[in-house]
Amino acid sequence: MSTSTFPSEVTVTEFDRKLILATQAGLPLVSDPWEELGRQLDMSADEVLARFQSMQEAGVIRRIAAVPDHYRLGYRYNGMTVWDVNDDRITELGAAIGELPFVSHCYRRPRHLPYWSFNLFAMVHGTTREEVEDKAARIRGVLGDASRQHTILYSSAILKKTGLRLRS
Amino acid sequence: MSATTETRHQVPTAILSPVEKALVNRLQHGLPLVPKPYAAVAGELGLSEQQVLESIKKLLAEGVLTRFGPMFHAGKLGGAFTLAAMRIPDEDFERVAEQVNSFDEVAHNYRREHDLNMWFVLATETPEAIESTIRAIEETTGHPVYNMPKEQEFHVHLHFPV
Repeated sequence: MSTSTFPSEVTVTEFDRKLILATQAGLPLVSDPWEELGRQLDMSADEVLARFQSMQEAGVIRRIAAVPDHYRLGYRYNGMTVWDVNDDRITELGAAIGELPFVSHCYRRPRHLPYWSFNLFAMVHGTTREEVEDKAARIRGVLGDASRQHTILYSSAILKKTGLRLRS
Repeated sequence: MSATTETRHQVPTAILSPVEKALVNRLQHGLPLVPKPYAAVAGELGLSEQQVLESIKKLLAEGVLTRFGPMFHAGKLGGAFTLAAMRIPDEDFERVAEQVNSFDEVAHNYRREHDLNMWFVLATETPEAIESTIRAIEETTGHPVYNMPKEQEFHVHLHFPV
């Protein structure tokens, strides 16, 4: 498996696609954004809102939300903790790590042996390096002997952050 | 310093008013999908709709928020995405960062303190395009790309309380 895909049981209509293209840079910041989008796309405000509700229900849209620059909020230390976890236990332990409230993302990813032996990624954030290290120590506590080794990759610069974009 | 090498640990923490803090916290959870959604949020927080709209614009203009809008699930749009990493020597880093960032398929790119020092997310409309984009990045930059697609997702609950 070289790419990650999800079952595409969800039907995204041509109109949904237009809505996505119209809002991927941002939702209109006006009193009635649905009406504004409807005006742009020649639909009623009710239809626009109904499509967003449907897309959110189907999971095509996780939510319509603010994405902060976590550095500006004081979360200066972004640590990607990576763990070499016994394959037999990773499903059970990955779920346990994902449940920790301070873990923002948690994924299983492939190893690239012999160069890269880590298969569990858990992202943690902190206002200091020590805070990130404390959180990593708590993950270590949950994983116990099932983790053979781990490290923390701190980010030192955001090189690009445009988010997901569809091409029009 | 150019934007591509800006060191984020030195970026000043934003000073937020109580209203802005409340909005940053509330709006990370998602806008209610109702008519006049900003007025609904204003009602929850005891603000006016105008205060909500003006504050979001200000937070975006100041870069406290990088975006306000729908967060799409790429996989469910029939697309694909992956995390990929590269090992770039310091003297080559800026050139390679520019080359990698020039690909529209690169949604995020972070420098990290490790031998593998460049980590980026590729988002494409088809699974095949992941492979072809990785090959194109390798050809353009002259460095190998380690593809690390997610095999299992355990949880995603990104939220930064302020």
